Amino acid sequence: MSAAMDTESTYSGYSHYSGHSKKTHRQGRDRHKSPRSKDGSRSEKSVTIQTPPAEPLLGNDASRAEEGQDDNWGETTTAITGTSEHSISQEDIARISKDLEDSVGLDCKRYLGLTVAAVLGLLVFLTPIAFILLPQILWRDDLEPCGTVCEGLFISVAFKLLILLIGTWALFFRQPKADLPRVFVFRALLLVLIFLFVFSYWLFYGVRILDSKDTNYQGIVQYAVSLVDALLFIHYLAIVLLELRQLQPMFTVKVVRSTDGESRYYSLGHLSIQRAALVVLENYYRDFTVYNPALLTASKSRATKHMAGLKVYNVDGPGNNASGQSRAMIAAAARRRDSSHNELYYEEADHERRVKKRRARLVVAVEEAFTHIKRLQAEEQQKAPGEMMDPREAAQAIFPSMARALQKYLRTTRQQQYHSMESILQHLSFCITNNMTPKAFLERYLNPGPTLQYDRDRWFSKQWTLVSEEAVTSGLQDGIVFVLKCLDFSLVVNVKKIPFIKLSEEFIDPKSHKFVLRLQSETSV
Amino acid sequence: TALSCFISFSFQQRIEIHKLRQGDNLILGFSIGGGIDQDPTQNPFSEDKTDKGIYVTRVTEGGPAEVAGLQIGDKIMQVNGWDMTMVTHDQARKRLTKRNEEVVRLLVTRQSLQKAVQQSMMS
Repeated sequence: MSAAMDTESTYSGYSHYSGHSKKTHRQGRDRHKSPRSKDGSRSEKSVTIQTPPAEPLLGNDASRAEEGQDDNWGETTTAITGTSEHSISQEDIARISKDLEDSVGLDCKRYLGLTVAAVLGLLVFLTPIAFILLPQILWRDDLEPCGTVCEGLFISVAFKLLILLIGTWALFFRQPKADLPRVFVFRALLLVLIFLFVFSYWLFYGVRILDSKDTNYQGIVQYAVSLVDALLFIHYLAIVLLELRQLQPMFTVKVVRSTDGESRYYSLGHLSIQRAALVVLENYYRDFTVYNPALLTASKSRATKHMAGLKVYNVDGPGNNASGQSRAMIAAAARRRDSSHNELYYEEADHERRVKKRRARLVVAVEEAFTHIKRLQAEEQQKAPGEMMDPREAAQAIFPSMARALQKYLRTTRQQQYHSMESILQHLSFCITNNMTPKAFLERYLNPGPTLQYDRDRWFSKQWTLVSEEAVTSGLQDGIVFVLKCLDFSLVVNVKKIPFIKLSEEFIDPKSHKFVLRLQSETSV
Repeated sequence: TALSCFISFSFQQRIEIHKLRQGDNLILGFSIGGGIDQDPTQNPFSEDKTDKGIYVTRVTEGGPAEVAGLQIGDKIMQVNGWDMTMVTHDQARKRLTKRNEEVVRLLVTRQSLQKAVQQSMMS
């Protein structure tokens, strides 16, 4: 067994996938893989913690020995260096630890806020009912009889409470979609207002009615009705403050990604900085193309080449004149006649040509592959039962003919990490099921799409930090700049006020449209 | 100003054209442009682009007009005593092509003439 495995030192990525995708534990085969560079392979980069325990992190001998599948792995294994598939880099460790410690702290804050609001809401809802019921319970015999008027008031209280309940459910009972760094000012204000309001009503009730055991039941019921009315108005205030005020666009924000300069503009109303940041992030996932670190390597290598040719030697003695040195380097670099612009131009032209060629091959291959599949109509399905395939099998059948062209294209455009073979097969069977044309199938691969389109592992942007010179609960103003940082890149947001528009009217009478002919004729006489 | 009026008056020239018979028509051998119903800004010969007078736009070679001394760019002021400074294009044509007239006497004014005399007066 080990001898057979020994000879499999290189093999194509595809034959490996049928095992890998089902996550069966063929650890013996995995260990015999030769180390691969990160970019070259199309296989999944399994760096998350939740891989099954049989695929261990670096050098975890104990679990391997426990499985006991291949006893001879010690002799037949090739060395696993830091860049093999089952290692994690330093960046990933930092990311994972940050995720762990942050999730614990924020959850407490969020749940505290929610419980306070829920308790207050329940209290507020039960208060009118308590106001009405307490006299009945405590001094029922002393109360003046109160016939139809009170019953009418009971009905109105009941319906108003129902409306309040539905309105509160519609407005407030929503899945919180984000964790903001500071408390939401308007919500806190409203909670305080409601608390003070209900507190003052209870105070009045307690002193004037409970203590003195007022017998005018109709007055008490009307007091409860006034409380419910006031609560409905507070609900109206909540709608206006929380929902309506920011609907009218007042500011235009420009969002620029720091790594590649991709920018977008959005229109916002009166929001606090943290809520504006939230809106920007929600739109970021939909509008910006996915962050691809592989595309940045070219400019980085050019940058290192610029300064690589110069070295500064200090001949005047050991004085450490750092700024003088760097200025000298900059001046020398500026004077040097380098032809890197030429290189860049030809490199880009060459790359474009290559991409276009590969794209043409890909399109042809996919079109040809799609011609092999035909949908069976319902009547035909009974006639040829033997050869029928479901979409997944059909996708697997035509995939090999286009796989190579697709892989080459993805490599050239440096997108290969974003598409695993499994995801491609899934997409292919999805397209086949929905009668899509080859072009519709390819739309996902030809151009990089928004971040939402890809697997969550590939996002590079899950934990965001808001960096701002103003307080994050203060409102947007013209000229404010804040930055949304994540681990690999940042979004710089620049706020501009929409200018005040002065619009005047001009009336044109429809009958005033008159024309003349302007001729210049020449007649010979 | 009295002197300038006198000067502009004397720059007019009288030209007598004898019409040539060609088949059934009597032709004069030139083309006219302009008129109060036309666009004066498109006139290449006028100095003042609001001038809606009748101008000579072409003179056929060897025709009666050329023989009589009419030149391209001349502004026709009168034809046989009829004023041509405030007429439509069609009226001008009609006045020039009356079938019973064999001779037309034109009063024309010419810019080149004006400039030559102005220069001689200034020097």
